[in-house]
Amino acid sequence: MTNIASIPYFIPEIVLIIFAVVVILYDLASKKRGSNGPAYLSLVGLVVAVITAIVIGSEDRSLFLGMVRLDSFAMFFKIIISVATAATILFSVRSAELDPETKGEYYALLLAVALGMYLMASSTHLLMIYLSLEMVSLTSYILAGFLTHSPRSSEAAFKYITFGAISSGTMLFGISLLFGMTGTGDIMLISIRLEEMFSQGNVYPLAVLLSITFILAGVGYKIASVPFHMWSPDVYEGAPIPITAFLSVASKSAGFALFIRLFYSGLKSADDPLDWSMMLAVVSALTMTVGNLAALPQQNVKRLLAYSSISHGGFLLMGGVLLTSEGLQAILIYLIIYLFMNLGAFFVVILIANEVGSETIDGYRGLVSRAPLIAVSMAIFLFSLTGLPPLAGFAGKWILFAAVIKEKFYWLAIIGLLNSVVALYYYVRIVKAMFLDTSDDTESLSFSPGSLVLLLVFVVPTLLLGIYWNPLYELSRASLGKLMG
Amino acid sequence: MLSLMIFIPLLGMLLILFAIRREQEELAKRVAFVVTLIPLLIAVFLFITYNRSASGHQFEEDMMWINAFNIRYHVGIDGLSVTLVLLTALLGPICVLASWKIEKGIKAYLALFLLLETGMIGFFCALDMFLFYVFFEVTLLPMYFLIGVWGGPRREYAAIKFFLYTLFGSVLMLIAMIAVYLKGGTFDIPRLIELAKTPDHPLADPTFQIWAFLGFFIGFAVKVPIFPFHTWLPDAHVEAPTAISVILAGILLKMGTYGLVRVNFAMLPEGMDFFCNGEGRWGNSLAILGFINIVYGSLCALAQTDFKKLVAYSSIGHMGFVLIGLAARNESGLTGAILQMFNHGVISAMLFLLVGVVYDRAHHREINGFGGLGSKMPIYTGITTLAFMASLGLPGLSGFVGEALALLGAYSKFKVLTILSTIGIVVGAAYFLWTLQRVFLGELNPKYEGITEINGREIATLVPLGILTIVLGIWPSIAIDMFREAVSILPLVQ
Repeated sequence: MTNIASIPYFIPEIVLIIFAVVVILYDLASKKRGSNGPAYLSLVGLVVAVITAIVIGSEDRSLFLGMVRLDSFAMFFKIIISVATAATILFSVRSAELDPETKGEYYALLLAVALGMYLMASSTHLLMIYLSLEMVSLTSYILAGFLTHSPRSSEAAFKYITFGAISSGTMLFGISLLFGMTGTGDIMLISIRLEEMFSQGNVYPLAVLLSITFILAGVGYKIASVPFHMWSPDVYEGAPIPITAFLSVASKSAGFALFIRLFYSGLKSADDPLDWSMMLAVVSALTMTVGNLAALPQQNVKRLLAYSSISHGGFLLMGGVLLTSEGLQAILIYLIIYLFMNLGAFFVVILIANEVGSETIDGYRGLVSRAPLIAVSMAIFLFSLTGLPPLAGFAGKWILFAAVIKEKFYWLAIIGLLNSVVALYYYVRIVKAMFLDTSDDTESLSFSPGSLVLLLVFVVPTLLLGIYWNPLYELSRASLGKLMG
Repeated sequence: MLSLMIFIPLLGMLLILFAIRREQEELAKRVAFVVTLIPLLIAVFLFITYNRSASGHQFEEDMMWINAFNIRYHVGIDGLSVTLVLLTALLGPICVLASWKIEKGIKAYLALFLLLETGMIGFFCALDMFLFYVFFEVTLLPMYFLIGVWGGPRREYAAIKFFLYTLFGSVLMLIAMIAVYLKGGTFDIPRLIELAKTPDHPLADPTFQIWAFLGFFIGFAVKVPIFPFHTWLPDAHVEAPTAISVILAGILLKMGTYGLVRVNFAMLPEGMDFFCNGEGRWGNSLAILGFINIVYGSLCALAQTDFKKLVAYSSIGHMGFVLIGLAARNESGLTGAILQMFNHGVISAMLFLLVGVVYDRAHHREINGFGGLGSKMPIYTGITTLAFMASLGLPGLSGFVGEALALLGAYSKFKVLTILSTIGIVVGAAYFLWTLQRVFLGELNPKYEGITEINGREIATLVPLGILTIVLGIWPSIAIDMFREAVSILPLVQ
């Protein structure tokens, strides 16, 4: 579809751009600095974007001369990203960390990241893939370093940018190799060319493998897989907590959207001769193991959740190894569930940081007697992250492992499940502090009704989706659409 | 009917959590007691109306749950489960009574206990593998908190050890379960049992069955517990509050052996054959594990000076009889094993309640620290003697019948191992009699001059169990009749 004709189908993205600008203008014009106006304005922007996206529908369309694609897959991720961004905005309003003076640009930047992620989910051209990735990265660097008075936050931004620059450079090199060999940037065409090249034998397999490996560096950095995960604990620990929550959920989801588009639509045909999925399987096993083992000794809950989020990335990657629609479906379902349980856990971290002023496990001691509702909710999130039935995390784990075992990847399934036993140990350390230990402070903590309602928004799906997850299954199948052919 | 029994405790939990204020502790306890009585009444009703001469499952309920994986909410009971459901339902109100003295956070305690009861009853009724697994795991969380919050000095260690061991077992079970599902295309347990018997069906493949057997076996072995997965048990039992030890020994261990019968025995006969046929390198493994459990458990019990630890290790020993009876794979062995499951549930529950009684008064459990209590607490001594005699297998009491039948069945297959296993019975008699002597006989320890006799509430918890041990000792066929049909359709080997 030509550029002009594509614009009507690009309205959700345009809405986000307009609202980002309006938020900045509003902030400039507003007399009362530090109000929550920009937050609610950007929330409205997100809602409008989602509504227009739904109105436009998800009929398959290739936009802007094959640069981006509108399909049910992109739609799925746009909604996930919007929900995660909306949650981040609501968290930010409640977080005591952020400086009220700078709220205008903060929310404008959040909308900009959301825009970048929308594009990550829908790019079908190598150039667009790279651009959307960079757009998300650049805005994320600023958000991670947003606590200008905190050296930790600046360090986080600096580490983030250094790692980001190296891995995206590597990825760009991989992209150029691929472009050089296939002569096109359109990933559908790449898929066809690669198939032809391999069937005719006029290809140097190592070169293709090299370019795939380099591209994986860029994608691996976004989803924090080993060995490109080093940035994430420091960044997660240093960044403002709402941003940490955002990165661990939205950034990871968008990364997986990009990964699936690129590796399934583009490179799948190169798997037979090169078996790159085996490389992914090893990466997946290493990612979950390293993430889990590193989480064991952590005392800072944010850092612990950062490592746990790495290990969940490894879990998700298992679904990507399989090259089956069941595997992809499992990724999509897991991402929905992960969205609720992980954002919920981070929201509790924000509430506790506000009220107790601590991010360490010691700050959670005796929480059950001080704030029973918060403690029980946190326990639900943590046990769900472990994957215990009847919580939602188990449904995600179940679908994922069913897909893995179906493809007879027994070793991967066993490593994955043993990892979930290890994970239990560190999640339970927080539960133990909350329920089994006692604290010197015994005064009960009070939270605003708004916070409690928001908490329930995460608790209820974590409970219900564990008992009845048929709709998730249907939704994920519909969202995959024609992606798997 | 079954769903009512499963979910009434869950409703009770919500009631206690949301409808009762924190100060109304007495009310919470009464509500919990009444709530646990309802499943008991239903269980008694089921026990009476159960058609003993029909095979297959009764009181079935079956509906679609999750279409995507053909997961159904399918519950039903056969003779095997009806006895265990009755045991679970019976221990419910008894444990609430035994928890009457708990002061810390009684509301949360009772809520967790009721959730645990839902998990246990649901587990014994589930006929869908997925449901079965979910209920199996649902018992984990309340147990962790019940031990970890209300337990003894080393409760945190004991709770996490229990949790990690069980989860380790259950993830291997999860793999086996998914593999079985992918081969059979269904989670329905009766259907899977049929398929596994069909020649040339992928489920009937011996190699597959051996691996699936191992996955399930480790999952259940942790729960039973079978050597070498038993080390969580002494810790958990010793640290848990009395009522929770009762549930652990009475029901949770049976979940392991019930799983072995329901899944490993009935659904994976080829796998079972590989480990029990008495031939080849692995043919004796199950019987050997049973033998180790019996002898090792009893010897460990002999060495204990902590009353509760002694009872805990004796449990390991007694579960060995179940295992060796199963390994025999004949009618006598299996009848003995199943009977032993029920009897051990009753007797060990009594033993833990009795330990709790003396601990509440003396605040320690050191066997050598008592002496001559018989003169001060004659009723307590009498009941304890009954429980000890039942546990050590005195003919005329229930413990004897199950063990004797299990050994009888095993003797036809594993002569040497069976003979050696009887050492466990001798040692069992030794440690129980020796304990009796040290605690109740001889000079009264002057420290316990003022010790009070067992009170009415405590007697009320023990009497129903005591009656059962005597009745089942004299007239075991009330229980055996229940599961005769269920046993006869299992893949027995003559």
